[in-house]
Amino acid sequence: MEEKYIGHSVERKEGREKVTGRARYVDDLAFPDMVHGVTVRSSVARGRILGIRYGDGIPWNEFTIVTAKDIPGANEIALILHDQPCLASEFINHPEEPVVLLAHPDKYLLEEARRAVRIDVEAMPAVFTIEDSLAKGTIVWGEDNVLKAYHVDKGDVDSAWAAADVIVEGEYRTGAQEQLYIENQGMIAVANPTDGVTVWGSLQCPYYVHKALMPLFGLPAEKIRVIQAETGGGFGGKEEYPSMIAAHAALLAWKSGKRVKIVYDRAEDMVATTKRHPSRTRHRTGVTRDGKLVAMDIDLAIDGGAYATLSAVVLSRATIHSAGPYVCPNVRIRSQAVATNAPPHGAFRGFGAPQSVFAIERHLDQVARAVNLTPEELRRRNFLRKDQTTATGQIIHEDVNFSGLLDRAFKESDYHAKRARFEKENPGATVKRGIGFSSFMHGAGFTGSGEVYLASVVEVEATAEGCVRVLAASTEIGQGANTIFSQIAADALGISYDRIDVAQPDTGAVPNSGPTVASRTSMVVGNLVEKAALNLKNTLVESGLLCDACTEDEFVRACKRYIETRGTLRARAKYEPPPGLHWDDTTYSGDAYGTYAWAVYVAEVAVDTVTYEARVSDFVAVQEIGKVIHPVLAAGQIEGGVAQAIGMSLYENVVWREGRMANGQMTNYIMPTAADIPPIRVFFEEQPYPFGPHGAKGIGELPMDGPAPAILNAIENATGISLREIPATPEVLMEAMAEKAGALV
Amino acid sequence: MRAYIPAYDLRVPGNLSEALAILGREPGVWQPFAGGTDLMVLLEAGKLSHRKFLSLTKLADFRGVEVTSGAVILGALTTYMEIQRHPGLQSEFPLLCTAARETGSIATQNRGTIGGNIVNASPAADSPPALLVYDAEVELVSERGVRWLPYHGFHTGYKKMQIAADELLRAIRLPRRAEPWKQYYRKVGTRKAQAISKVCFAGAAQMEDGIVRGIRIALGSVAPIVLRAVRAEASIRGKKITPELIAATKDILGHEIAPIDDIRSTARYRLRVAQNLLAEFLMQLAR
Ligand SMILES: Cc1cc2nc3c(=O)[nH]c(=O)nc-3n(C[C@H](O)[C@H](O)[C@H](O)COP(=O)(O)OP(=O)(O)OC[C@H]3O[C@@H](n4cnc5c(N)ncnc54)[C@H](O)[C@@H]3O)c2cc1C
Repeated sequence: MEEKYIGHSVERKEGREKVTGRARYVDDLAFPDMVHGVTVRSSVARGRILGIRYGDGIPWNEFTIVTAKDIPGANEIALILHDQPCLASEFINHPEEPVVLLAHPDKYLLEEARRAVRIDVEAMPAVFTIEDSLAKGTIVWGEDNVLKAYHVDKGDVDSAWAAADVIVEGEYRTGAQEQLYIENQGMIAVANPTDGVTVWGSLQCPYYVHKALMPLFGLPAEKIRVIQAETGGGFGGKEEYPSMIAAHAALLAWKSGKRVKIVYDRAEDMVATTKRHPSRTRHRTGVTRDGKLVAMDIDLAIDGGAYATLSAVVLSRATIHSAGPYVCPNVRIRSQAVATNAPPHGAFRGFGAPQSVFAIERHLDQVARAVNLTPEELRRRNFLRKDQTTATGQIIHEDVNFSGLLDRAFKESDYHAKRARFEKENPGATVKRGIGFSSFMHGAGFTGSGEVYLASVVEVEATAEGCVRVLAASTEIGQGANTIFSQIAADALGISYDRIDVAQPDTGAVPNSGPTVASRTSMVVGNLVEKAALNLKNTLVESGLLCDACTEDEFVRACKRYIETRGTLRARAKYEPPPGLHWDDTTYSGDAYGTYAWAVYVAEVAVDTVTYEARVSDFVAVQEIGKVIHPVLAAGQIEGGVAQAIGMSLYENVVWREGRMANGQMTNYIMPTAADIPPIRVFFEEQPYPFGPHGAKGIGELPMDGPAPAILNAIENATGISLREIPATPEVLMEAMAEKAGALV
Repeated sequence: MRAYIPAYDLRVPGNLSEALAILGREPGVWQPFAGGTDLMVLLEAGKLSHRKFLSLTKLADFRGVEVTSGAVILGALTTYMEIQRHPGLQSEFPLLCTAARETGSIATQNRGTIGGNIVNASPAADSPPALLVYDAEVELVSERGVRWLPYHGFHTGYKKMQIAADELLRAIRLPRRAEPWKQYYRKVGTRKAQAISKVCFAGAAQMEDGIVRGIRIALGSVAPIVLRAVRAEASIRGKKITPELIAATKDILGHEIAPIDDIRSTARYRLRVAQNLLAEFLMQLAR
């Protein structure tokens, strides 16, 4: 197939609309009879609701008021489990739990009303940390606070310790992180018993919202319609939470008979919606004197917050990525997601992997030191290669060349020369410089049998004018999905890019191509776009209207003739797993992912010993991603991910007070600015993956995984201080430096 | 937006006497509104204390930078951008220009005013340390008259200051110094822009044969008010900078400031960084 568009940085499909301000986001949409809605939330972390009082001075009769009693179906936000209520009716499990919904045409008066509602709660003991949850002194979820647990066993760890010359232990922690998409969350709903429920909103996964609304209203699939409005970023934050807002807007619409819009302001969005799961990982690693890994014992725990939401799946990815891209005959992983009384943590770019990659990549630098090897030499001796197996026993069939990636990353970053120079210049300098790296992988697509269960479908439809529309539920959220689908379809059909458009996701009109998550859209759904397009062409060829090697004009004529004589011209493709993939959910072993992207990232830092501020001064990201479909978009994904990960590593600290985010403003939650981000130098290697479109693998989450350990390894190189937690804020660095200075006295 | 907009009132008096009359008639009821960069944040959060606002935009004599032989006088409505772009200020009062450049973002610098920064009275404000180091004076006007006060002492406690409910801050006066002073300013706010200071330090000293003749040190974010570190100054004045003196002064400063733990940082961090900045400043003087 000729690659006329694939591999080229064509103009983004929705780019013009966005830069000219014509793109309409949910808060730009208005309907004549529309009213506004707000959510009244709990004020304590855990307790029993005693009553709701509506204060004086508000014309309550003008308001639509919804509580749990008004829910026509089941009071739940259906996802994996059904434990999270849509509105708390008796028990409160986190401090931002929604209890009452209000609607009114005047959104300012609505704010006064929100303040006038008092929810009386009898407080109950609550749990706020992983440790307290695991201690099980207070049970806040199920029978034991454990939302999900996995065991991975490879070889026999217990008898392998004997073969180890050195055993190295370490504990590593990561904090919560807010997604901070530019557009806050929002939804508009219209709902009534005759027409059912329709919602428009900012979201990543239309069919997740669809699934949640059915039981809530007790309506069949065809009575629920979910339409994606232009969406200003998601990063996982609009994976599961939109179901909640959609449910709230729809309940208010159902009761008021009007269209209802709920748009969160930044403060509400930051405190009430999901964040990255905080984590704690313990490593115990046995290694021979010459640096061969013989045993890895990993104990991993993540904080899921008050309800199960997606924690089981986040934990799964964290678990599978926790042993890194290394070969070790004996691996044991015990992982748990535990409940606390914070708002549920949820999907966030990387989805558990950044947490466990941080732990293993920090830990290996400690292991290297223990056996007197450089960090790179230790890794080179253990890198996973073709025909070897991962922790879950997956045999790698690709010709993965980690040493080559490492060589390139070191060359581009001038690693060795800089290391030598910093060692010479640091003594006596107030600003200490350092350089560090991480090597890691990211599995693309859903874990294990996930893609088989999803059974995604994509359709394409041609018009009589020879234009082709891609129909999928995959959403454009700023990452460029529409552009990539169009490039793939255009090359598959041999027609120009301008002839392709991508339908706005609408569950009333597009098939379910699965959620827009897990770095799966280009690789998995893109592949289906290609197949569906080829099927469409094949329909024309088989009907004798087209020969295989056709020109664009011939294609256009064939479409016209086909539609005139036979009606609609549509084709579809359904997911089929690559042959030979096998995953066992009971033993948690087998082919965890169809493929992985492989990467080595190098970070250079400058640590100011006057202010304890660490800044990333240079960054090199080398990755093998199968095939670069759109160079500008691909580099943009890496740059954006690295920037977001720099935030996670050094700046973004969620301050918790009794389960509530105390710094829910961009003033006090320190996301780095453009001035804080170094040049990010991105390099791609391409080794086509046979089951991705033109060989492409997923890349969206990859850049979130590697920066944190590379940066902290660089800080250790600069200062000799081995930090075990992120964010490594100046306060954290100061305490560590003070401790080290104290230890020397 | 969490505020109930219909509940608010904004008046735009055309001249000073009209403005002062409104304030005089109902003191405490009308809150002055300059660039609005502090007030609008409170409005958005639904946390404004007042309902009635008096816009100062039309008060012509609150604007402009006047340079006389003895002083530079800044109108209270002078914006950060005007401060940065003023050639005379850059050469004689560089700390104020640096503070202006490091305040918020360009949008904030275009709207935010020096008068607003003073009367907002945040202990984390970035210009006041520079103003203290420059021995600024402030001019207050009301129907009752005009008075000048030294800026040092203007803030008396957290968000408390020597301004009456019927008074407006009209101008800030910076006395010009004949002799050259060595100057140092550093804002520590973790990110490079849009940062609220965790510690802000301004210092200026006049050196003579290695001896510190004159010295001014002021810090933000380490006490309920932006603080002049008079005891640390006293320990340095008349002395030669030595490692012992630096260590002793760090100690004194440690007792002079009263940093706290809050959602932005910790008391321990603020204390240490304040001491480190002092040491960095003194080492620069010694060089
Ligand atoms: C995004 C952002 C970033 C910011 N970054 C910084 C920063 O880095 N450093 C910093 O120090 N500040 C910062 N600020 C705060 C703010 O910009 C400054 O304090 C600014 O100087 C306030 O001036 P203003 O004219 O906008 O004040 P306004 O908001 O109009 O008023 C502030 C207060 O001063 C009173 N007031 C104003 N003028 C007078 C007068 N002439 N007489 C009597 N009372 C008066 C008002 O009544 C009010 O109480 C930031 C604000 C924002 C929104």
